[in-house]
This record gives sequence, structure tokens and C-alpha cells, in this order.
Amino acid sequence: MCQDCGCSATTVEHVALVKPLLERNDAEARHNRVHLDAHGVMAVNLMSAPGSGKTRLLEATVCALRGEFACAVVEGDLETDNDAARIRRHGVPAVQITTGSACHLDAHMVHHALHELELDGLGLLFIENVGNLVCPASFALGTHRDVVLVSVTEGDDKPAKYPVMFRDADLVLVTKTDLLGVLDDFDVANVERHVRALGNPAPVVAISARTGEGLGVWLDWLRGQCVAVRGVADRPVAIHGSI
Amino acid sequence: MHELAVCQALLDEVERIARAQHAERVAAVRVRVGVLAGVEPELLQRAYEVARAGTLAKDAALAIEDSPVRVYCQSCGNESAARAQRLLCAVCGDWRTKVVAGDELTLMSVDLVTADRA
Repeated sequence: MCQDCGCSATTVEHVALVKPLLERNDAEARHNRVHLDAHGVMAVNLMSAPGSGKTRLLEATVCALRGEFACAVVEGDLETDNDAARIRRHGVPAVQITTGSACHLDAHMVHHALHELELDGLGLLFIENVGNLVCPASFALGTHRDVVLVSVTEGDDKPAKYPVMFRDADLVLVTKTDLLGVLDDFDVANVERHVRALGNPAPVVAISARTGEGLGVWLDWLRGQCVAVRGVADRPVAIHGSI
Repeated sequence: MHELAVCQALLDEVERIARAQHAERVAAVRVRVGVLAGVEPELLQRAYEVARAGTLAKDAALAIEDSPVRVYCQSCGNESAARAQRLLCAVCGDWRTKVVAGDELTLMSVDLVTADRA
């Protein structure tokens, strides 16, 4: 306040910043990454629309990798722990994050989930994001790789409709390909064309968790990424709860 | 509708800066939202009107500047404008491009109101 007349004189100061708006989330994502790296864990963020078959694929994946990698899963859903229960039935640890009304996982939620898991001896961590092709794309979690699923009942132009999600994917899985025989309007080649139009060189793999088609390609991709991320191919890993 | 979460992150940061500078209040906030940022400017603006209540920015206008998409072509080395769902090089048509602008979600500036020291 001015001492001469008592008026409240103020100054407006313009402060130039130019800093990422989600800096706090990014910092927490970096913290998660350090935490994962310290334990030699590769983490994969699975994203897709609801009902694209993320949980079914994870069930097939953890079963196929039994004895090769100790796996764990973080499940993100608005409500219920149904998905975590499905994973646990296979003897694999799973942490359920229920977001309430939030349409995406963020680094803070994942940080809490990591503290509920025994990371020592773990090789592969899958984070199944909330089913949504929009919001999860904006929030880094600290995972090493992003995998985006699109099922054959959704339409082969999904990458063009959701460019923010698909342009950063490290791998695109076209799921439920066992249904292609009854569909006349889905071409896997179109998915790949749309992914390339986003400047993205990510492999596009057709897969069916039901018949096992493409499962080997997906597992080999995971093995290759593990070598790239962890720097070892055959790090001895315990089958969770046994060795 | 993750714009509210983005907005809360924005307001947390704005308030932190205002407090650090001993500002009485915030007069204006400016952000840059690229077409590929995954944030809808209109929804962000509406979320902001609600979320700013009770903060030091309760009277601060939010200015959102857009940022058109530009890509660098790794094949021919040119930079060109592109559309969000078609990030091809406009010069040679190659898809091996890198986005160099248009994916920003950036806090550009704040205007802080500070009491004059007598």
C-alpha cells in the first residue's frame, strides 16, 4: 500500500516461462522409470479403446511367458477389479488401480501401484491403461514402450482418427483377427498405411489371443525390446512365488 | 475429458510461481496448445473457468495460442506444414518425418500483480 495516500498501488509483472504444462507428471514418470530401471524391469503401457482385448491378450501373454519372464500387471479401470482378478487366476501378481471418474492413468497413480508390487526378480511389467484412445496419450507413465491395440471390429482407420495416440506407439497390435472371416470392411494393410501416414515406423502385427495367430511375433517383439531396454537376454528370473 | 486434469496441473504451477514471486494475484495466463497435444482448447478454456475459482488466478484470463503442425523430413531434409492425421512431407511425400512443432502443451507466461513496496 502507498504510504502517501493509502491507495493500493500495484505493479503487473509479465513473467515469460515456456515450460511443459504437465511437468509434474513428467517428473513423476521419470521417477517411475528410474525405479523400474533400478530393478531391471521393462514396463509396457498397453492402450486401446474399451473392449479391444487388452486383458485377454495379457492372459495369453503371461501364460506363454511362464518360466521365461517373471511378469506382473497393473490394471487401470474406472471401476471393479475384475481385470486384476483375471490376471491373478494365472498366478501372476496384479495391482488394480480404480480411477473413479478419471479417464486415464497418470504417473502418480502408477507410482503408488509400483510400491504395491515386489519388483525384485521381476522381468516384465504390463500396465493396462484405462480403455480410451484419447486421454491416456497425454500422460507419460515412465514405461519403456507404448503398445496400442485396435481390434478388427473397430474400423481400420482408427490411427487416422486418433493420431495423438497412434503416432507415438512403438507397436500396433491388430487384435481379434479370428473374426476377420466374418467382416468385410477391415483390412490390416489399411491400419499400417494410416500408421505410416503419421510418420510412425512401428510394426503392425495381426494377432488373435483366441487362436494364437501372431502371438509368437508379439512375444518375440517383447523379447527383443527386453534385450534393448535391460541389456540382457537371459537374466535369470524367478517364476513369481516359486524359485 | 482429461482437460480438467491438465487444467489443475496448470493452476497448481501458476499458483506456485505466483507465491514464489509474492504476487497478490494473477492477471493473465498464456499457454500454447499444439494440434497434436491431445488437448481440446475449447474444453481447456471451459475447464479453466471452473477450476480457477478459489485460486490466485480466479480473475485471470486464459489465453490459448495454437501451434500448427510442422514436420521435418528425414528423407529430403525439408521442413513443411502438415495435418494432424497426415504427417507426410509436403515436399517429397515421404512418411519418414519427425514432428518439430504442433505437439506442444506449454505454459508460456503469467502476468503477476504485485503490491508496490513503499
